[in-house]
Amino acid sequence: MNRSKRRTGRRHPLATVALLALGLVFTGGAYAALSTGTAQAEAEPTSQATIEEGKKLFQANCATCHGLEAQGTANGPSLIGVGAAAVDFQVGTGRMPMQMQGPQAQQKPPQFEDEQVKQLAYYVASLGPGPDIPADHLVNGGGDAANGAELFRINCAMCHNVAGAGGALTEGKFAPPLTDVSGVHIYEAMVTGPQNMPVFNDLNISPEDKRDVITYLKYVQDNRSPGGFELGSLGPVAEGLFIWIFGLGAIVAITVWITAKSN
Amino acid sequence: MSTITSRDDTQKRSFTAAASTYVNERTSLAGFVKELGRKAFPDHWSFLLGEVALFSFVVILITGTFLTFFFQASMAEVHYDGSYVPLKGVEMSVAMASTLDISFDIRGGLFVRQMHHWAALLFVASIGLHMLRIFFTGAFRKPRELNWVIGFTMFILAMGEGFTGYSLPDDLLSGNGLRIIDGLIKGIPVIGTWTSFLLFGGEFPGTAIVGRLYTLHILLLPAILVALIAIHLVFVVVHKHTQYAAPGKTQQNAVGPPILPIYAAKAGGFFFIIFGVLALIASMFTINPIWSYGPYDPSPVSAGTQPDWYIGFADGALRLIPPGWEFVWLDRTWSFNILVPLIAIGIFIVLVVIYPFIEAWVTGDKREHHIADRPRNAPTRTAIGAAGVTFYAGLWAAASSDILATHFSLTMEGVIHALQAVVIIGPFLAYFITKRVCIALQKKDREIVLHGYESGRIVKLPGGEFIEVHQPLDEYDRWRLVSYDAYQPLMIRPNARGKITVGQKLRAGMSRWFFEDRIAPVTRGELEASHSAHH
Repeated sequence: MNRSKRRTGRRHPLATVALLALGLVFTGGAYAALSTGTAQAEAEPTSQATIEEGKKLFQANCATCHGLEAQGTANGPSLIGVGAAAVDFQVGTGRMPMQMQGPQAQQKPPQFEDEQVKQLAYYVASLGPGPDIPADHLVNGGGDAANGAELFRINCAMCHNVAGAGGALTEGKFAPPLTDVSGVHIYEAMVTGPQNMPVFNDLNISPEDKRDVITYLKYVQDNRSPGGFELGSLGPVAEGLFIWIFGLGAIVAITVWITAKSN
Repeated sequence: MSTITSRDDTQKRSFTAAASTYVNERTSLAGFVKELGRKAFPDHWSFLLGEVALFSFVVILITGTFLTFFFQASMAEVHYDGSYVPLKGVEMSVAMASTLDISFDIRGGLFVRQMHHWAALLFVASIGLHMLRIFFTGAFRKPRELNWVIGFTMFILAMGEGFTGYSLPDDLLSGNGLRIIDGLIKGIPVIGTWTSFLLFGGEFPGTAIVGRLYTLHILLLPAILVALIAIHLVFVVVHKHTQYAAPGKTQQNAVGPPILPIYAAKAGGFFFIIFGVLALIASMFTINPIWSYGPYDPSPVSAGTQPDWYIGFADGALRLIPPGWEFVWLDRTWSFNILVPLIAIGIFIVLVVIYPFIEAWVTGDKREHHIADRPRNAPTRTAIGAAGVTFYAGLWAAASSDILATHFSLTMEGVIHALQAVVIIGPFLAYFITKRVCIALQKKDREIVLHGYESGRIVKLPGGEFIEVHQPLDEYDRWRLVSYDAYQPLMIRPNARGKITVGQKLRAGMSRWFFEDRIAPVTRGELEASHSAHH
């Protein structure tokens, strides 16, 4: 094919590409419209369709360890009565399905879409009553940060560190950092006590107090330290390492320069 | 002076000349300046480490003075009403509230506070490095033993300054630290509880401790430190500075640029560099964010609670003690989980302080030493130093055991057990490895002095033999390698009454331990013999 021959043709050389793109946009758009449609249809937590979808997902992805009816096996606990909150936390943060057996389930990129997580959650919730996914006004950070900070120091800081930087537990277990956990997941963790975390029920810390704790953590997440780089919020260990390596390192380099013989 | 007078006759006297004449006529400073200004200061980067400590101390004094204008050392309770939202309305002590005000509501306050704290960390770190330099080059030998003791005292005082300052804001982290100190004191048999009540003015935490620590922090400790710094520096002038062996450098002289003008200009500039580095760090990196720690309250304890780095070794020692080391005897609890670390650290500190005297006794060397050793030429001392460093480093690392565990995905127990091994077995390993490495390096030096460097040039002789041509050393380099003291184990000699005392035996044993394995410096005879063999 040479240039002159191509010019004689009726169609523009890019017409095929344009047609393909158009087709893809239509198909994709139609798919997106259709799938949002189904999501809206399934937003109803108690709808039979949602629960059915959830059950299918559960049997395909979770039943190996938790049993076909979520009754539990030797490899995983029963999930009857854990509630939607527990599932939304464990699956929504990628801890479940578990990557491997270990001291505790590791966080990883979530395996399911948001909508699938909800389907799983409402399926498990349908098996027995348990804590529900919290309402939006409890997790959007609109509470009293000062009260939340005090509650956090008293109830959470001994494991998660006072700045939420995380901390070590025994036998290789640990309390994860809270620097980028969403409000919903923080709330769900408090009510369900995942991994080694204790449960903070509503008599222990009221829903409003939980909202305040989330408000404080959101404040810390959204406002960088006024003093400059935080060095991981790890306190004196990071500061000591920094002054020895970078502070004293820089100064020793300068002493070498000062006493160097001029050429 | 004569040039000034002659110029005086011909032209107008300059202001500087007039001023210095005015001052000199009233103080006779000229002789002193002339004497001091002509002191030579040998040039080596490691000789500036003490200056780093001095200059960071000056930065601490300047920034600290600013902080005293605004800090209130009171434990009266107030409700915070400053601009940091997550603490608004929270009950806290005036000390904490005024530290928050310094951080958020006083112009430049946070910067100065951070600079003060970073300078404190640098102060103690540079003292540490300075002491290591003194130790490993043998610069503590006669006549400088007392200056070693003074310097070490300042190291301890600097830690005291650091700890008292760290405790002043009355935040959660420092309160936890004070609680550990309280526990340590209470763990001392008989006097512990009384001492704790005396210190805190009643049951911990009380309402007195911040005020008391403040007096120590800004009055007593700095006053002693300044006095000791003065004595330390006078001693440096009196003893002259040590220098490394090189042609023309002897035990009687000090070779280097004179203090005036070269050295003073360099040191003055160096002060501003240190000030600048600290200002840069303080403006970019958060230190001790008390606003995230919150006010002290005895009930919460945060994960990852550590002291500042220089107290870390003590915290680490507590963490390494296995569980259950306490028992009840005579109706009292004996806390060996506290006593053992206290005693171990106490012995370590005493050994470091008296090391110069131990070494002098073992070597029996009464001479003055102004030439600094290369560490390899004193293998046993270097090995002892390495063992001490390993011991300290193991304790120090243990203070961050939880952070080591989370950041390297290890178990806490594994980290603790590994560090227990480092603290107990590590020093012995470090000792043997270092000693062997030193002796190997000495052997290499000896080889180079006798036969020169390997040049990599292979020559075939007429007979078919291949040899590598060695490049002989020039005299300057050779001087550096051969001039060190050769010690030998002391002989046991009976005393005047014809008896061999236990002390004598101990000393001979120690001396044998020090000098049994040794590489003697190359002698002139050996050098000549090797030269005639080569040519």
